[in-house]
Amino acid sequence: MNLISVRRLNKAFAGVQAVQDVDFDLAAGEVHALMGENGAGKSTLMKILAGIYRKDSGEVLLDGQPVEADSPRAAQRMGIGIIHQELNLMNHLSAAQNIYIGREPRKLGFLLDEDALNAQARAIFEQMHLRLDPRTIVGHLSVAKQQMVEIAKALSFESRVLIMDEPTAALNDAEVSDLFRIIHRLREQGVGIVYISHKMDELQQIADRVTVMRDGRTIATAPMAGTSTERIIAMMVGRELAREAAPPPETSSPPVLQPIVLEVRGLCRGQVIRDVGFTVRRGEILGFAGLMGAGRTEVARAVFGADAIDAGEIVVHGRAVRIRSPQEAVKHGIGYLSEDRKHFGLATGLDVETNIVMASLSRFVRLGAMVDAGATREAAGALVRQLQIKTPSLAQPVLLLSGGNQQKIVIAKWLLRDCDILFFDEPTRGIDVGAKAEIYRLLRALAQSGKAIVMISSELPEVLRLSHRIVVMCEGRITGELSEREATQEKIMQLATLRDTTRKAA
Amino acid sequence: MSVSDIQPAANAAVAGASDQASPVKRLWFRPAARQKLLAFASLIALVVFFGFASPNFFQTDNLVSILQATAVNGVLAIASTFVIISGGIDLSVGTLMTFCAVVAGVVLTYWGLPLPLGILAAIAAGALVGMTSGSLVAKLKVPPFIATLGMMMLLKGLSLVISGTKPIYFSDTPNFSVISQDSLIGYFVPALPIPNGVLILFLVALVAALVLAKTPLGRYTFALGSNEEAVRLSGVNVSFWKIVIYAVNGAICGIAGLIIASRLNSAQPALGQGYELDAIAAVVIGGTSLSGGRGTVIGTIIGAFIMSVLTNGLRILSVAQEWQTVVTGAIIILAVYTDILRRGKNG
Repeated sequence: MNLISVRRLNKAFAGVQAVQDVDFDLAAGEVHALMGENGAGKSTLMKILAGIYRKDSGEVLLDGQPVEADSPRAAQRMGIGIIHQELNLMNHLSAAQNIYIGREPRKLGFLLDEDALNAQARAIFEQMHLRLDPRTIVGHLSVAKQQMVEIAKALSFESRVLIMDEPTAALNDAEVSDLFRIIHRLREQGVGIVYISHKMDELQQIADRVTVMRDGRTIATAPMAGTSTERIIAMMVGRELAREAAPPPETSSPPVLQPIVLEVRGLCRGQVIRDVGFTVRRGEILGFAGLMGAGRTEVARAVFGADAIDAGEIVVHGRAVRIRSPQEAVKHGIGYLSEDRKHFGLATGLDVETNIVMASLSRFVRLGAMVDAGATREAAGALVRQLQIKTPSLAQPVLLLSGGNQQKIVIAKWLLRDCDILFFDEPTRGIDVGAKAEIYRLLRALAQSGKAIVMISSELPEVLRLSHRIVVMCEGRITGELSEREATQEKIMQLATLRDTTRKAA
Repeated sequence: MSVSDIQPAANAAVAGASDQASPVKRLWFRPAARQKLLAFASLIALVVFFGFASPNFFQTDNLVSILQATAVNGVLAIASTFVIISGGIDLSVGTLMTFCAVVAGVVLTYWGLPLPLGILAAIAAGALVGMTSGSLVAKLKVPPFIATLGMMMLLKGLSLVISGTKPIYFSDTPNFSVISQDSLIGYFVPALPIPNGVLILFLVALVAALVLAKTPLGRYTFALGSNEEAVRLSGVNVSFWKIVIYAVNGAICGIAGLIIASRLNSAQPALGQGYELDAIAAVVIGGTSLSGGRGTVIGTIIGAFIMSVLTNGLRILSVAQEWQTVVTGAIIILAVYTDILRRGKNG
């Protein structure tokens, strides 16, 4: 009998169907891998089980009985625990205090019983065969140990179902095998474990069954042993989607004869960026593919001077340069359009004109202090026409415009700043389909006009459609480079999950 | 270590000391402890300096006056310690103190009710106002800085309104001055004429330290300041505890109101603004992090003493009033800067 059965579950957010008619089973004493691309609906499904989201329709059966967890608390009482990808701990408190927050043992009704607290936590650590002093301050622990504290917390509710969302994302190999030992032990004790991960080799080691999700639906469930990595990737990507029926880039042949405008060599930053090197030519769109957390944004930020680097060389127009701040990057003609436009790219409360000229204001200053309003209006107006930004006027507050037009304003800003190397980080995130096509056209036009473009995108069809060349990253390293001709979704996914198994405990 | 020194970190650090460097070294490298040691050393240095610089500094009268000043600021600073550890801020503690004093004046002098009722009314008024601020922050999601800035002005006006814009004297309640001015200790040990206000300060400190270290309220105060979202996801009623924290803060402000009114033998409705900055300064100098999650009552007490010794010492050295203010401002900036340094290194 199944510990948990999910039947025809549905959940939509603002009209987008995140989970659609999903069926999912978890048996006691089983490790069940859940796989799928970013946005396939894995996390939504799990958050419904954990009481963080409410389902729209469908059924969740626990021991064959229909249940409804309407809060994390309620789910915990039913014995369903979740360990989020991002740890949720109070760093200033001890391990035991974290585990029992909100349920502290008391004496005399109003005093905390710290001895009982530590004893209970110690008992759980022993059950996990984990050597850890429950009094240790969590902020002083390694990420791996912090994760163990989260697991201990989930177990303290006597969880029978444990959901782990990419638990090894921040662990080294030694720590991963510690985690696996604990997972094995829990499995022997009859705990059912849902294990979300992109790491094929890990899943081959630990999982009993695998379920693949795509576009909010469950595609298939199969025993892990005997299911090849290729088959899983094929299910994740979906054959019918491969190479969308879109016209190939109408840019002429790949600009191989154009000069290289940006070359990055040996870029390193901690564990996040490991020996990354690439080149971009004038008129080229270089796609950066990979899974979330592969280090693509970090590379862009490092080149742009937003984060300090440990090592590496950046060559712009054939000259080695040192970029220590975004200000210096802009001076060298490098612009970065962040994935979070609202937070980093735009002052959304201000008007269109102000946003466009913001990065180039010094150019419009006359007599030492006055901003030449006529000149800024003219410059902003010209860009609004050139990029076909749909706005009633230059005085329109940016936040009243659509996502696509906001994105164009960010582009306008960097164009006015004379940047000829542009990093686009998820340029179409949060933009509707029609506007996407327009952004694509614009990116191509920019490349044709001689800009060098680096485009980071998690949407494979988008990368395939726009890029002249595709660089794939995994765990901070570049795992491969594909030409426009040889690139397919399968090949990219394979490279994006190509882990460095030789990497030893740091 | 004194009782009030207990904070969640203390036990663990001692326990972990054996497998690391020597206990002394570990203590020094623990930022919270280091800040406290530093603050304590600064206090001693200030006392020694002023003692040498002016023969008047160690006069009994002068020491008593330092203690008197510390009683008020110290109690207010303890109130702020709760809110600041929880990751909030309360700018209204100064005018709330005055408001509570005026409430006591209205109850005792205008209405002629007995002393215990006046004391109760002052503390209850403080708790009530604290609950209001807490509700604004927790329920209506008004940023604490703004909510309590508004409350600061609101209370300033309200104190003037209910007092009729003039001081209220406690002429009908002769026992009122006993609260702060007399010396219970001096009665038994004539050589130690420590005013009762200071006795109250240490009593409040003791209870506050115990609450922070030993009760669920204390645990949630640290937890909220450390990671509010984690507390919420753990199923704790975050709004409720925030309101309780602000209410406790308000009630302690009520106690401060009683001390200052007793010392002046009157409720001065125009007084109070500016006290909140001294209180916050004392808290920060004492090693409590403005970003929350970390802090101690003993540190706050040391901070409060630093502030009052500094003010007093500069005065008896005949430093001009305006320069005293300049120095105090610089000290506050320095204290906040060390807090930022600490945060930078430890997240």
